[in-house]
Amino acid sequence: MVAMQEQLEARTDAGSGPLVVDVRDLSLTFKTSDGPVYALSHVDLQIAEGDFVSFIGPSGCGKTTMLRVIADLERPTDGQITVNGVSAEEARLNRSYGYVFQAAALYPWRNILRNVTLPLEIMGVPAAERRDRARRYLELVNLAGFEKKFPWQLSGGMQQRASIARALCFDPALLLMDEPFGALDEIVRDHLNEQLLQLWEKTGKTVVFVTHSIPEAVFLSSKIVVMSPRPGRVIDVIHNDLPRQRTLDIRESPAFLSVAHRVRQGLRAGHSYDD
Amino acid sequence: MSADARGDRWCRVALLLMAPALVLPLGGGEAISRWSDAAGALPFLLPLAGVCAWFSWRGMAIARQGAVLVLAVALGAWGAVDLLHEHGIAGRAASGFWLYVLALWVAAWRGIDGLARFRSLDGRAQRAVNLLVPAAFGLWLIFLWEMVTVGFGVPQVLLPAPSMVAERFAGSLNLLWADFRQTFLKAVISGYVLGCGSGFIVAVLVDRVPFLQRGLLPLGNLVSALPIVGVAPIMVMWFGFDWQSKAAVVVIMTFFPMLVNTVTGLAAAGALERDLMRSYGAGYWPTLAKLRLPAAMPFIFNALKINSTLALIGAIVAEFFGTPIVGMGFRISTEVGRMNVDMVWAEIALAALAGSAFYGLVALSERATTFWHPSFRAER
Repeated sequence: MVAMQEQLEARTDAGSGPLVVDVRDLSLTFKTSDGPVYALSHVDLQIAEGDFVSFIGPSGCGKTTMLRVIADLERPTDGQITVNGVSAEEARLNRSYGYVFQAAALYPWRNILRNVTLPLEIMGVPAAERRDRARRYLELVNLAGFEKKFPWQLSGGMQQRASIARALCFDPALLLMDEPFGALDEIVRDHLNEQLLQLWEKTGKTVVFVTHSIPEAVFLSSKIVVMSPRPGRVIDVIHNDLPRQRTLDIRESPAFLSVAHRVRQGLRAGHSYDD
Repeated sequence: MSADARGDRWCRVALLLMAPALVLPLGGGEAISRWSDAAGALPFLLPLAGVCAWFSWRGMAIARQGAVLVLAVALGAWGAVDLLHEHGIAGRAASGFWLYVLALWVAAWRGIDGLARFRSLDGRAQRAVNLLVPAAFGLWLIFLWEMVTVGFGVPQVLLPAPSMVAERFAGSLNLLWADFRQTFLKAVISGYVLGCGSGFIVAVLVDRVPFLQRGLLPLGNLVSALPIVGVAPIMVMWFGFDWQSKAAVVVIMTFFPMLVNTVTGLAAAGALERDLMRSYGAGYWPTLAKLRLPAAMPFIFNALKINSTLALIGAIVAEFFGTPIVGMGFRISTEVGRMNVDMVWAEIALAALAGSAFYGLVALSERATTFWHPSFRAER
């Protein structure tokens, strides 16, 4: 019941700008040999332009599935979703989002520059412009000078930065990130979090970010969506009113801790509901 | 293991073997020959003896010692060949000679072992030594073959000496070239290209059309199980005596490895990498060209390498079932009948050379194409 109320709230307090993602009463059930798995159940979610939204929850709560539904990599069994005002499939075919996966997924036979130009090649951008754009975005993620290297010659953090440059280089308005820093150590992760925040400031893109780290979610987001497993559903949507200009120090401030506390409570509520 | 002030044990063994060889008879039979009768061969022996004596007393860095030993052994081996052929002990070699060969063996073993341990940061030097070691080893085997066949006087029908094979090889270059052109340049190359090409195209089709995957793959399996000796005569009946029927056999042999490997390779791209292509709204063809084919390359090259040796075997065997009077398989089958075993061995040597060169060429292009694969990465 609590969850239902929270969902109603979530619907009413959608962000101020035009909606980039609008999800209404969406469900997704995987059919497996062990019977149906309810990955997402009656999810309502609105994401406004310029938002930085984090999905947080324990594994199996459907946060990655939700992201994949937005990206049209997974089809919902029920409910509606629009991305940029059109269906998710149309949005995908319009190349309206860049997707950053859990692993960098760089192609080992291409050097870093040609990995970043890959989406531009597919979209038919002329060669000279491809190279210019790739160089620009590699600079943005601090990878200038590594154009000729191959992915396997770079560290994990650098690979993931290259994959972010690849997602940005065709300038999509929406950036979907699925635990992009999950495999990295804490120091690199902090550093990349700061860089990502600066990037968001600079580009004004809408970001949807999946994580299972509370500090990461609170540090990055303007809006935190707390999810819970079995069936995957939204428990709470928390507006994060911390100033947009954030440094890592903010993580010790009382305001930060109170938001983190609310996230933790939401996660706990999801679990007690389950047990 | 490197510089050994106490001297090298193996060089001492070689020296110990060489000493009695100087006294014992080199050749037996009616007229016993000794080193004194073969003074002309002594200069070949002396450097090895000197080098072994020096290393017995005082060792050297193992790789450098190996290089010196290999050079000395090469000279000493030349001496042994000279003894056999020029000093009349062919077919009646005796204890002194065999002790000398044994001493060479020990020194050669030690030398090649030392060379194989050569490690350098200079890539070119390392590569050269990496090539030298198997070459030295191969030459050593041929040398032993020569010693045994000539020394014991093995009948040439059983096993001709390599020197005899080489002589025959050099003397029949025109014939060998004609055979090579017929079998390799015509039958093998065209069959290989057609077989690998059609295997590849059918694999892409099979991958695209699920019905074919269920229906055609099991059939392909059946074709691959056909025995070549059964298929070859039928192909001769269908396509005539000339190279076309041999090419057809090669096509049948190479088609299936290519088909299966390519089908597996096309499924090798990871789920994330595919999702990435999907997220760009990339259709079938861009995904094939930019993701799935590059990811399939290691598998495709695997098939190309397997097929490079299969093709030659197929073409040679197919020529046993009817052919114009030229071709490597034809030559082998007729010369065996005429007891010209040296010619058979010359053809075998040609086939080995051509097959290795072909394989090497494919392997080289594999390195250039799939340099990114974990098995090659260390070299960059």
